[in-house]
Amino acid sequence: MTSFLLNGQRVQVGAQDAHLSLLQFLRERGLTGTKEGCAEGECGACAVVLLRRDARGLLRYEPVNSCLLLTGSVVDHEVLTVEGVADAGRLHPVQSAMVELGGSQCGYCTPGFVMSLFAEYYRPDRVGYDPEAISGNLCRCTGYRPIRAVAEALGTPDGADPRQRRLQLAPPALGSVSLEGARSFHRPCSLDEVFAMLERRPDIAITSGGSDLVVEMNQRHRRFDAVLSLENVTELRGMAWTADSLRIGASNTLTELEPVIAGKVPILEQMLPLFSSRLVRNRATLGGNLGTASPIGDSPPALLALDASLELVSAAATRRVPLADFFLGYRKTALAPGELIAAVLIPLPLPEVQRFYKVSKRVLDDISTVAAGFSLRRGTDGRVESARLAYGGVAATPVRAHAAEDALVGRPFDDEAEARVRPLLEGAFAPLDDHRGSADYRRAMVVELFSKFRFDTSAQLT
Amino acid sequence: MTVLGKAIAHESARGHVTGSALYTNDLLPRRGGAAYAWPVTVPHARARITAVDTAAALAAPGVLLVLGAGDVPGENELGPSRRDEPLFPSEVQFFGQAVAWVIAETEEAAKLAAGRVVVDVEPLPAVLSIEQGIAEESYLTEPLFMRRGDAEAALAAAPRRVSGELFVGGQEHVYLETNAALAEIDDSGHMLVHSSTQHPSETQEIVARVLGVSRNRVVVQALRMGGAFGGKEVQANAWAAVAAIAALKLGRPVGVRLDRHHDMTLTGKRHPFLARFEVGFDDDGRILGAKVELFADGGWCLDLTEPIVYRAMFHIDNCYRIPAITVMGRGVRTNKTSQTAFRGFGGPQGMVVIEDILDRIARTLELPPRLVRERNFYREGDETHYGQPVRDAARIERIWSALLRSSSYDTRRAEIERFNATSPHAKRGIAITPVKFGISFTATFYNQAGALVIVYADGSVQVNHGGTEMGQGLHTKMMQVAAHTLGVRLDQVRAMPTRTDKVPNTSATAASSGSDLNGAAVKRACESIRSNLAEVAAAELAVPACTVVFEDGQVFPRDEPSRALDFSALARKAYLARVPLFSSGYYRTPEIHFDKATGTGKPFHYFAYGAAVTEVEVDRFTGAYSFRRVDILHDVGDSLSPLVDLGQVEGGFIQGLGWLTLEECVWDARGRFATSGLSTYKLPGLGECPLELNVALLEKATEPGVVYGSKAVGEPPLMLAISAREALRDAVAQFGSGGIIELGCPSTPETVYFAIRERTEAAGGARRAAE
Ligand SMILES: Cc1cc2nc3c(=O)[nH]c(=O)nc-3n(C[C@H](O)[C@H](O)[C@H](O)COP(=O)(O)OP(=O)(O)OC[C@H]3O[C@@H](n4cnc5c(N)ncnc54)[C@H](O)[C@@H]3O)c2cc1C
Ligand code: FES
Ligand code: FES
Repeated sequence: MTSFLLNGQRVQVGAQDAHLSLLQFLRERGLTGTKEGCAEGECGACAVVLLRRDARGLLRYEPVNSCLLLTGSVVDHEVLTVEGVADAGRLHPVQSAMVELGGSQCGYCTPGFVMSLFAEYYRPDRVGYDPEAISGNLCRCTGYRPIRAVAEALGTPDGADPRQRRLQLAPPALGSVSLEGARSFHRPCSLDEVFAMLERRPDIAITSGGSDLVVEMNQRHRRFDAVLSLENVTELRGMAWTADSLRIGASNTLTELEPVIAGKVPILEQMLPLFSSRLVRNRATLGGNLGTASPIGDSPPALLALDASLELVSAAATRRVPLADFFLGYRKTALAPGELIAAVLIPLPLPEVQRFYKVSKRVLDDISTVAAGFSLRRGTDGRVESARLAYGGVAATPVRAHAAEDALVGRPFDDEAEARVRPLLEGAFAPLDDHRGSADYRRAMVVELFSKFRFDTSAQLT
Repeated sequence: MTVLGKAIAHESARGHVTGSALYTNDLLPRRGGAAYAWPVTVPHARARITAVDTAAALAAPGVLLVLGAGDVPGENELGPSRRDEPLFPSEVQFFGQAVAWVIAETEEAAKLAAGRVVVDVEPLPAVLSIEQGIAEESYLTEPLFMRRGDAEAALAAAPRRVSGELFVGGQEHVYLETNAALAEIDDSGHMLVHSSTQHPSETQEIVARVLGVSRNRVVVQALRMGGAFGGKEVQANAWAAVAAIAALKLGRPVGVRLDRHHDMTLTGKRHPFLARFEVGFDDDGRILGAKVELFADGGWCLDLTEPIVYRAMFHIDNCYRIPAITVMGRGVRTNKTSQTAFRGFGGPQGMVVIEDILDRIARTLELPPRLVRERNFYREGDETHYGQPVRDAARIERIWSALLRSSSYDTRRAEIERFNATSPHAKRGIAITPVKFGISFTATFYNQAGALVIVYADGSVQVNHGGTEMGQGLHTKMMQVAAHTLGVRLDQVRAMPTRTDKVPNTSATAASSGSDLNGAAVKRACESIRSNLAEVAAAELAVPACTVVFEDGQVFPRDEPSRALDFSALARKAYLARVPLFSSGYYRTPEIHFDKATGTGKPFHYFAYGAAVTEVEVDRFTGAYSFRRVDILHDVGDSLSPLVDLGQVEGGFIQGLGWLTLEECVWDARGRFATSGLSTYKLPGLGECPLELNVALLEKATEPGVVYGSKAVGEPPLMLAISAREALRDAVAQFGSGGIIELGCPSTPETVYFAIRERTEAAGGARRAAE
């Protein structure tokens, strides 16, 4: 019996529902409080809350975009929508604050904000509020000031609050899901099941968080006969620091990654808040970001700067491929048929100097026009021993500027080095024009971001 | 304690936060047996349709119909003024235009089948820019003129002159609720259309026209909208028409819901403008004469382009006296979506141009832009270039000096200079700009409104009026007006969904006029009921009717509040005494007129004023910027509803900020709208909201002749954001030195980056030359 708990009520999910977005599923059932504003993860009007364990094992409410969540994925989960927030007609504190402070005008974005704020309200160990909590919600009417005021004034739940009490209990147990029909959906728990399925249906569409794949379904109307979700595969989850590396499971969400690298890997700490929004990061994975092999993905430049490699698994073998050798061409990777990304491995010790830059129109929740990951290792004499200058958005794949990297080695990182390297970067790539930015601007950013790196690190390096 | 002027929550706020407030789009899944529509679009900017093959689509599962021109029982035409807008075209006029609609059992079926309709076309040459339109004389309007004095002579005699060109970008509305309509045959056998429309009466007119029936056979209801901003003023009609034709044909409810991509590729935007100007001025920066040409990219059909061009021309002066000026405005016809109303309606485009000019004058003379602006202000007794006296001109100065003080402008200017002196790569800029915005529809006949107020015998009240609720808080204000005028508690009043069978022949809820016009009508309806009730109360209390007070659900003699009757009890008595308890109210704005032939008149009932100070920090490496602080002082008259008005000011400002900074409309070489989703078209998010935003409403600002001394607030605050653009220029000016700053619009980080580079390279060049 496949089902999930929706606002406390058990709801059945059949194979015919599995490929619907949860948003469609809800609205077709008359739960129209959850809104569609874009169907591509940008506006947050569709936000709902799932009950999930965070990286530390604490249970919490996690808001996600229901437009990018396949209904098959929520089997066994506990889901709350805006209709389930008020308690027997009594508004939740987050709802009353939105009413009183003028947080809604047309009201269309409001359910999404309510869900994001609801989750933030119960976040374990919260002090103040995290602006990231509402970074994935757009409002066209209010200009955000009153909604920010609601967030700033969030109280603390008391122990008697049933929502708070739920967090003390066991998390929902997620089993294997296998829904066969005209459109099938599988959410296995182990790699064995994954490989068995891949053998049976080599053409099956693979997904982890769905934040790229479901966008394809919604926006380009792609339909699949079968989908295999890796989100709950044990072997693909788990993050660990060992003596010589940090291992990040391909199916771990970016949100789960945040506390693991906090205070330890500056370049990822700088990259993650700029990567989409909280609502997307609650689902998006590194496996998906690398698997989709977009030239404008944000993690590749950062991971290239860290000399990361990938662990690839197939039914037959496990192998390790340096990330630098993984991208072969526009959206082409070194993955063989039947092969998956199992983990990202970051070698230790980390480079001494690391920076991530992202050029985009909007500060939060925008796709990169150009992204850059830079790192340096220096000897005791202050001379550069190795340099990594990696870029996204300037070529068909994420790329490194090898000539410029080489030119930095063996000398101090000073004005002269900057002057020598700028011309090498100037013609290094031949980016394209598009609606995000002109080729000229991208070319200029390749050089200017490097100068910015030099300027921003000058204090640290003297 | 009256509820008028009290800061209260939006009337639907509880519904918003619980998800129970319904929108048109939410009705679809609730109607059993509704069918769904999906458009068939053609990927050419212009093309003749040679054949449409629907066989494969019709054979697809769940498909009921493919609608085309042959299915229109009435007229295949949507144009509200000029008949230039076929619903089903024979020639494609813009990239992605809908030429047919698939109707199916589910949205999924309609969507998938739409891809199976084969449309053969013969591509034709297209006009894709304003410049190309001018070169090919492709126009939507005649040239429109306003003239004051002899501009040529004034320019010739002026000691200084600058001339230039400014392209002002368009803007996509991105109301969060995309367009939606649901048509059904009601229980009396007639057409009932639920539509997310700002103009139910026009939607009714167009539905009646395409069905070929009289308007009394069609009822349109607008429940509430999830935002509109002008985008649903005329452009909601097409979807209602499609739904109605299909519903009639199938005899069952049919819903149309545009997804975001369709909403962005099928509907119009704020008009991009190209301005060419020449101004003459003296050494103090006073403008002596100006010649301005404004070309608007109107897209493929007329829509509202003419009044929008007019409004741009009306606002080319903003707050400044221009003794001699000739303004020419013209709508250019291009093969793009039909550009349409958007908050400000051309006014913002005109105003950006004059503010751009003033900064050029200031930088030419090396004077502070703020000083040059002040020197050109209108004074009491001045007239605009179209001959309307600038009433309350002194308010400009009053607001300006109060805001300079409250924002600590001078101190911060000095702080900014200190910061910039030691920061080579990040520079800050600050600017203050004013706003004067004319209130009234420029088409005089639109300036009328009606209301129908009903008191039931238990004392509860229903308010119907012609305005629609799109989030702007109109219903909230109307409830406050009704409660105050009738002297009842707010909880006794219910605002009804807007319906054409309650109040007929209404105007669009637009031009910021919703509460002015409908408020006056509601007030009159309530006054008439109250005077009926006063007679009944007078008899009951044995006092003269003129001494009866209505307050907070109580009715009492002025001098004896203790002898109060309950309003509900009074209503019951009035009913038994056979006294009418409902009334219509009607209002038209007095004394407004405009003569197109001479370009003069008094098109506006009054002006709304405001000013804003914005501070920004810019990064030289990338052109990225962040707004550090914004201070606003805005004139809303005596606010009917301060929380609502505050929301309009803040929200309008951020929307204007988006338009001028990151919201870039990109059409590619084929005429395709390339930024057709929220992943490519970026509206402001939380990160763009200034770190500090201080908004104050002007005090002692009673507006005589408007409902309870209030003022319109919907559009004017959007233009306060021009201060952000001017602050960006000020920041750019800090790199290098001297001279005019050309800054593209919208000023995306890329635009700012190149503006800085131009300036640093120019300065570098000058330095090298000097060496
Ligand atoms: C609103 C929004 C904002 C975004 N912002 C950003 C951004 O700022 N920066 C950015 O880089 N991206 C951004 N993205 C893109 C997307 O979120 C990321 O690429 C994300 O990391 C994808 O992960 P996922 O698990 O959701 O991928 P999915 O959609 O599940 O999968 C994506 C692709 O990767 C493949 N794949 C998934 N897992 C594996 C695996 N383990 N092994 C092999 N292949 C696999 C799938 O087959 C699929 O083709 C954004 C997306 C949205 C919707
Ligand atoms: S509908 Fe916009 S994020 Fe889901
Ligand atoms: S209140 Fe309208 S979009 Fe937020």
